[in-house]
Amino acid sequence: MLEGTVFKFGDNIDTDLIIPARYLNTCDPAELARHCMEDADPTFAGRVKPGDIIVAGANFGCGSSREHAPVAIKAAGVACVVAKSFARIFYRNAFNVGLPILECAEIWGVAAGSRLQVDLANGRIKVVDGGQEYQARPVPPFMQEIIAAGGLIPYVKARLAGGR
Amino acid sequence: MGRIPQTITQKILSAHAGKEFVEPGELISARVDVLLANDITAPLAIREFERIGVQIFDPAAVVIVPDHFTPNKDIKSAEQAKAVRDFARRHDLPNYFEVGRMGIEHCLLPEQGLVVPGDVIIGADSHTCTYGALGAFATGVGSTDLAAAMALGETWFKVPESLKFVFDGQPGPWVGGKDLILYAIGQIGVEGALYCAMEFTGPVIENLSMDGRFTICNMAVEAGAKNGIIAPDEKTVTYVQGRGRRPHRLFRSDPDAVYKKVYQYDVTGLEPCVAFPHSPDKVRPVSKAGDVKIDQVVIGSCTNGRLEDLRLAAKVLSGKQVHKDVRLIIIPGTQEIYRQAVKEGLIETFVRAGAAVSTPTCGPCLGGHMGVLAKGERAVATTNRNFVGRMGHPESEVYLTNPAVAAASAVAGWIVSPEEVR
Ligand code: SF4
Repeated sequence: MLEGTVFKFGDNIDTDLIIPARYLNTCDPAELARHCMEDADPTFAGRVKPGDIIVAGANFGCGSSREHAPVAIKAAGVACVVAKSFARIFYRNAFNVGLPILECAEIWGVAAGSRLQVDLANGRIKVVDGGQEYQARPVPPFMQEIIAAGGLIPYVKARLAGGR
Repeated sequence: MGRIPQTITQKILSAHAGKEFVEPGELISARVDVLLANDITAPLAIREFERIGVQIFDPAAVVIVPDHFTPNKDIKSAEQAKAVRDFARRHDLPNYFEVGRMGIEHCLLPEQGLVVPGDVIIGADSHTCTYGALGAFATGVGSTDLAAAMALGETWFKVPESLKFVFDGQPGPWVGGKDLILYAIGQIGVEGALYCAMEFTGPVIENLSMDGRFTICNMAVEAGAKNGIIAPDEKTVTYVQGRGRRPHRLFRSDPDAVYKKVYQYDVTGLEPCVAFPHSPDKVRPVSKAGDVKIDQVVIGSCTNGRLEDLRLAAKVLSGKQVHKDVRLIIIPGTQEIYRQAVKEGLIETFVRAGAAVSTPTCGPCLGGHMGVLAKGERAVATTNRNFVGRMGHPESEVYLTNPAVAAASAVAGWIVSPEEVR
């Protein structure tokens, strides 16, 4: 069970907002984390604490395919992103790099600064003060296998070792 | 059991999954013909690939193009480019393209015949969807996905539902592929095709050149699509003849294939389109752009850096001067396009007009180098994204247009139709 403070962002948060291209001359997670969400909220990287949760609108992570985006969010300490929907490349990338994400159409009702409890196993989301509960869309079984393996690379290694 | 109708996207995926039929929503494992990475996405892919610790399944299938921050813009970029180059040498990759012989990846791969109709192509770059113009299935993935596919020769896909876009009618003057795709994105919005295939058809598409078709498929991702695709025809076959490095296969949608939705656009009288900041779906006809004074114009990128685009720009700029308050930067998409533009006198026209002409690079398109914007500056660009900060300072602005409008605006100093500078 995760618990963290909500940072809220709107619809169509593109990967240029998550990590501007001017910082893509490195792929060092710690350095990327320092500029995470910089053009959407320059104060974010300074305020976010390990375990915090991003809540966003539709089409989160649209635009460029840069995997630096989920890497930066994860390295900034964010425990989970809950959005109305995700852009498809970001969706794949998040699973591949081990950043937990959940799709939940109703999540927009949650206020910035509130505390959320998230159960990744069953997709239950609860507001700590207030008690409202939300149910995220179930994670497809194949993605669960990737998570269980510890990411895509360990999954592929296991598959190659198994001769499948 | 009778034949089950399929779209072109389903057919290509079926063929690569070793199946007769695949269904939208189905998770499949598909063989990939080409895997692409650039100087920004390859370093992460290489790191992940080396964690697997196996050989590349087919070194000739991996294409690496250092095009984003090259020629190296700073020391860190130089280090990244070097790591990629070292990897290519270590693995004897025949399709690594060095500065001076490269181009912007999505202009380069079709031109070099590295991607052909019927292929499945994945690239660690979102505009990999460009190659759908050849009648191929091409989509962007992340670096880790690419690393896994370099080891396995295959990757997983969720078979997308298809949206069909039928373009009919007689568009107005100066309207090209860029305007058609901006119009469509303006209609459906930046999440209008989320997770779907965008299939472009109709007489207007059939009349388009290959360059125009690449432009359309290039921006499918700007509507959230997984891929953009155009059925191959004689133009496609003529294009790949003599350049295709592998045999191609032509697929077409069955007439009774199932679509999630069909959009019928009569584009009669359509004007050139302008996408306003900060989203590619904020589209207006150029006559309704109002008084937008500009500081910079960029003509180039994987969207509009092809020969036909440069010819259009030259047609507008011929005998004219760039406005005194404007910097015009023109970037041919590949060495071959550059050479042809020299031969046809286009570069002469640009330089005489007062433009800066650069070696192929993504450069300013992603705010990397070669024309980064200062706070408060405005640019017209033939690129594909006008997100906040895309070309530089978070308080700068980018307006997306076709090359003719971009060239005309460079002459006028604000956004105008090419008709106004004739
Ligand atoms: S030209 Fe722009 S959009 Fe195209 S690959 Fe380069 S950075 Fe990406």
